[in-house]
Order: sequence, then structure tokens, then C-alpha cells
Amino acid sequence: MQHSYGPIKDRVISLHTLVLVIITVITVFVGALLIWVMVRYNAKRNPIPSQTSHNTVLEIAWTVIPVLILVVIAIPSFRLIYYQDRTPDPDMTIKVVAHQWYWEYAYPDQGNVDIESRYVHDEDLKPGQLRLLDVDNQMVIPVGKKIRILTSSTDVIHSFFIPALGVQRYAIPGRTIETWLQADQIGTFYGECNQICGQDHSRMPIAVRAISDADFKAWVEQTKKSASAAQLPKIASR
Amino acid sequence: MATTSDTRGHGHDHAAHGHDDHGHDRKPGFVARWFFSTNHKDIGTLYLIFAVVGGLLGGILSEIMRAQLQFPNNHVVTEGQEWNTIITSHGLLMIFFSVMPALIGGFGNWFIPLMIGAPDMAFPRLNNISFWLLPPAFLLICIGLVMGESGSGWTLYPPLSNSTYESGMGMDCTLFALHLAGISSLLGSMNFIVTIFNMRAPGMTLHKMPLFIWSELVTAFLLVLAVPVLAGAITMLICDRNFGTAFFDPTGGGDPVLFQHLFWFFGHPEVYIMILPGFGIISHVISTFSKKPIFGYLGMVYAMVGIGVVGFVVWAHHMYLSGIDVDTRAYFMMATLVIAVPTGIKIFSWIATMWGGSIELKTPMLWAIGFLFLFTIGGVTGVVLANAGIDEAVHNTYYVIAHFHYVLSLGAVFSIFAGFYYWIGKMSGRQYPEFWGKVHFWMTFIGVNLTFFPQHFLGLSGMPRRYPDYPAAFAGWNYVSSIGSYISGCAFLVFLYVCFRTFTSKVPVADNYWGEGATTLEWTQTSPPAFHTYLEMPRIS
Repeated sequence: MQHSYGPIKDRVISLHTLVLVIITVITVFVGALLIWVMVRYNAKRNPIPSQTSHNTVLEIAWTVIPVLILVVIAIPSFRLIYYQDRTPDPDMTIKVVAHQWYWEYAYPDQGNVDIESRYVHDEDLKPGQLRLLDVDNQMVIPVGKKIRILTSSTDVIHSFFIPALGVQRYAIPGRTIETWLQADQIGTFYGECNQICGQDHSRMPIAVRAISDADFKAWVEQTKKSASAAQLPKIASR
Repeated sequence: MATTSDTRGHGHDHAAHGHDDHGHDRKPGFVARWFFSTNHKDIGTLYLIFAVVGGLLGGILSEIMRAQLQFPNNHVVTEGQEWNTIITSHGLLMIFFSVMPALIGGFGNWFIPLMIGAPDMAFPRLNNISFWLLPPAFLLICIGLVMGESGSGWTLYPPLSNSTYESGMGMDCTLFALHLAGISSLLGSMNFIVTIFNMRAPGMTLHKMPLFIWSELVTAFLLVLAVPVLAGAITMLICDRNFGTAFFDPTGGGDPVLFQHLFWFFGHPEVYIMILPGFGIISHVISTFSKKPIFGYLGMVYAMVGIGVVGFVVWAHHMYLSGIDVDTRAYFMMATLVIAVPTGIKIFSWIATMWGGSIELKTPMLWAIGFLFLFTIGGVTGVVLANAGIDEAVHNTYYVIAHFHYVLSLGAVFSIFAGFYYWIGKMSGRQYPEFWGKVHFWMTFIGVNLTFFPQHFLGLSGMPRRYPDYPAAFAGWNYVSSIGSYISGCAFLVFLYVCFRTFTSKVPVADNYWGEGATTLEWTQTSPPAFHTYLEMPRIS
């Protein structure tokens, strides 16, 4: 899995590792049994087949043991979904609105800063930028804070997906879905739209940049200024 | 399930009569025989040929897809809408026009009457309509494909499938195609249920019925209950698209998530519909080539019934991210995990059948053993996906694609080939070449594993599905996966060669060419069986 940069993904990786170990053991066990059976009970080595078709102990064992294994998986799994669902005390909220084919991030707690985020076309990529992942305006968040995410859409269903933070929710028109995320390190974390949404489904990436709290406040101020500057009527001065 | 019968003598005599016989066995002329058939064997053959055609077109589409995905920034398919239409058609063709016709219409029609000692299905003419609904449906899917207007994914979610975003007739053609295919399945299932309940030879109680018959019976019940829900959902979608309703349109008070509930209420049982007959075939093949009866017959029966019943109450595990309540997610997660138990019982029972047996590794057995291992892999990744917490990180990624292709391409398809190699001698009176059968198996085994195993890695690292292009980080495993798909494609050509060699073989084939391990009733008939079999009813002891 992608390396985790937040508490949700930490727990996802931890549960996945547990389940992966269990399923690997089961798969190897089944594979080993098959190889053994093919070798030991080959017609040449075992010309007379037995006709046994029952063994109550075995049948009970292979019913009960899988149930126990599933309980072992289910307990941390239930804990995880309740942890992931929402946070009772978010530090701020971001409304993620999906469009064909770009994302819009609104910050109601920061004076309704509203930015649109589109992918950088191949011909406009600057050195160091990642094709199909980098965007013009990133979703900027303060590091270490719990961010409530509300997803919605203005047209078709999309999905807001950031593997490194372990978060994904559909963005459905007519519906607002709540979840949360948190980045524990400064950095840029990428995601992609993850529900088929038409022509440019593969061209609406998500880039979340986590910065320090002070830098975040500065970013909010700067974005508000450039937004209001953009709204001033353009006076013909040329 | 080994069924002892005293009909061997009768069967042989009757077959001897059958060929030259007293006018009973006169075959109709070409058009009457193949277009107006009332013969379960001929209709089964039509379904099998149709399934090969559907699989060929679905497979060609998948080769185009893998060619596009071999490198990032590729130009095999340049338009997003074109890509979306190709992937949609690939899914619909493989599900409704390849796997289902093969397992249910093909092997079901051929062997249900033969195994229960019935002369034909309860409603032979209805059987014919069931088949002939499919070619027009196939044509309609092709229209949608060619017009480039069915770009919603096989799951057809609105609003994308609604008229605002997918205007044009192509999507409506696709939806109507599914109506026709659905009616075909409903009529066929009703036929199967009535036949299995009412036309078993005397002495064949339900608990003496072969496991393949049980698998088809449970599948038929699943179809009868699930297909009408799909029909309702796509009718509502057609109305939204064309008649101004707003079932799924929030601007009119509707809800896109309603479609998801309706679709997946059908869609989840659908995947068990696709695998249960395969389970039945695998039971027969393993029993025959281990020369042992199936271990734990009753457990196997109830496992299939259990899978069928529980399969109806887990649908929303496809909707974990659609805004359903966390407690709802908790329930669906628990119910989904439960299905692992009866499935595990079956895997262990199959291995226990082989234990102590006298195993011959002929081609059908290779497919069956391959099935056991690869279906286990697909099943355990299903356990991973059942956990809604993990699903949040892998939903709609290539991990899901890897999971369902393991259980379908490496599960259902392996069982179809197992059935083909097991029964082709019986159906056609000509046997397949053993060497080339094995080549087909190994080439397919290597090809499909190379194609789909790396997709687990792609999904875990976050590559979304239904993408025609991807960031450079995903390039490595995509390349490997594409190479695997070319090998699988070549393996299919080997299969076509196997068919050619089989149908041009001149060596006559015995009634029971597999020997003591083959104990069900079809092995008492000639290879191929008479045009009309069981004119005299067999009796089971």
C-alpha cells in the first residue's frame, strides 16, 4: 500500500497487514495440500482409491476454525470503520465539490475561500511536476489538524480518493457525505478521481499540500486577496 | 455425487436402437433443427457456440484495453468516451454473453436432463426462446459499442448513464439488451426449476441428485429472484432517460444511490450465479479423476444453498463509499465475511475428495486443480475487500479488478474449460487431443496469472480502475500485466486449435471414456447421445 502520512492510513495498513498475513497462510496451506495430494495420491502411487466421504471431526473443524479467524479479523475491522467514519472534534471543514472534470475546494471556516483545481496539461508541466497528478491549485491544509471533509458533486458521481491519507468517499449530486482526514507530515499527497465520470475521468487528480499552521494562515490570506483581486472589474488601462 | 443406477444395460440397448431406430431419432432439417429447436442438446450446443463468440469479442476488447494500458500516455485508444464504452462492453459481454450462456444455457441445458434421466426439459419450446433472445441482445450491445455511447461502466450508475450525460440511442440499446438477456435468463431458470423438481427419474431423490444439478437449481432460484430487480432498475433508468421521470435525478427529487441499491441487489447474487454452476462442474471433475465420491455431499449442498441465500443480503458491500450509514456498513461487512465460511467448506471438501483418491492428471483435472488454488486466492482477496475500512483505501482500484478477475477469469472460466474438456467427448462423440489440451491449460495458467496478479499491487498502490491512462508511477506492473494478457490471448488461439482438432478427429469415443470415476447418468448414454435420450425412463437404485 502507499506509505501512510496520517492516522487513518496507519490503521488501514495495520489491519491490512493482519489480514494479509492470515490470507497468505491460508493460501499457502491450500497450495501445499494440493501439491501433497497430487503427489501422494497420484494414480501410480495409489492405485486403489479409498471411498471415505465423511469425517465429522474434520467437517466441524473446517467450519469452526474459519469462523474464529473471521472473528479475529472482524474485531479490529469494526473499530476501524467507526474511527474512519467521522471525527467528533474537527479543527476545520473543507467542502470538496466534484465537477466534470475538476475539483473545487471550499473553506467555509476560512471566510469561504474557494479554489478550483485542474490537472496540469502535459505541455505545461514544469520540471519536477508529475504527469496526471499535479494540479494548478492544490488543496492546502494545515498539518496535524483534523479536517472534516464534506463531498458533493454538481453533475455525475465522482470519488475523492487520497491513498496516502487513507481516505475515499464518493461525491454524489444531491447528497453531502461526511468523512475526515489528517496529514501528520508536511508534504504533498496525491489522489485521483475514483468513480467513472465520463470523458476525462483519468484527468482530474487531487493534490493535497499539508503545511505548517502559520504557513496555512498566510496561504488563506493570500488566496483571499488574489480571489478578490480577480473579482474586481477589469478597468481598461492598456 | 455418485449415483448408482441399473440403467446401464438399458442405456446401451437403447442407444443401439437410438441410431438406426424406429423413426424416433429422425433429426429435423437444418432450419427446423437449429432455429426452431426443441431439443435440449441442440439448444445447449447453440448456447456454447454463442458463449465462444461472446467470449471472443469480449476478449478482443480486453486485448485492446491492455494494449492501451501497456504504457502511460499511450495512443491505442485516444478518446476517454471511446475507452469508457470499450470497458463497459467488455464487462457486459463477458458476463451476459459468455460466462452465463456457457455455464447455465450451455452445460445446464446439455446435462440437466441427461443427469436426472429426463428426455428433455419441461418446456422444450420455451427453452428455444430463451436462447434466441440472446443474439438480438448481443446485437444491441454491439450497437452501443460501435456508437460509443455506453460509457458508464457495466454498473450503469446514473447520473452518468442518464440522458444528460449519455445522450443518444446507444445507451438505450444497451439497456434494452439487458432486458432481453434478463428475460432469457428468467425463462431458462423457470424451465430448469420445473424440470429439476418434477422430472427426476424415480429413485433420484433430491439428496441423491448430482452436485451439478444442485448448483444449477440454486443458480436458477437466484436468477428468478435477482433478475427482476435489475429489470426494475434499468426500466426506471430508461424512463429517466426518455420519459421525464426523476427516479435517480436529484434535481427532480430522486437519488442516484437508489439505483446502486437496486443494481447491487441484483449484482451481488449475479456473481454467485456466475460461479455456482462452476462449483458443480468442479465437483464432478474432481470426483471422476480421483475415483472417489465427493467428500461431504450434504455439506456441499448446503454450502451452495447457504452461499445463495446469504448472497442476497450483502449487496451494499459494493456501496461502502456511497454515503451509507456507518452502522449499515458494519452489518454488511459482517454478512459479507460470513460467506467465506461455506465457500471455505467447499474448498476443503474438494481437497478431502482428492485425499486418498487415485488421481489422474488429465486436462479436465488440471483445470479443476487450477480452479481450487486460484479461486482460493480470489476468495481471500474478497475477505480483504469485505472490510469496509480497508475498502476505503482500495475501493474502485485495480485491487478490486484483480479480485473479481481471479474469481471469474481464473474461477468461472477455468470451470468452463474443465467442463469443456470433461464433456466434449460426450457431447460431440470426438475426443480432444490430450497434449494440446495441456498446452492450452498451462499457457492460460501462466498468462492469466501474469495478467492479474500484478494488478493487486497496482490497486494497493492506488491505481484507479476504468482509467485509459495513468501516472508514470504505475507503469511497471501495467507492462507486466499487458504481456500476460497477450499470452492469454494466444492461449485462446490454442483453444480454437484444440476445437479444430477435436471436431476433425476420426476416433470413436466410448459411452464412458473416463472409467470408474464417472458415475453420473450421462455416462450411461452413447457419445454423442441419441437425438432423443431416455425414451424409456431409467430407475435409480
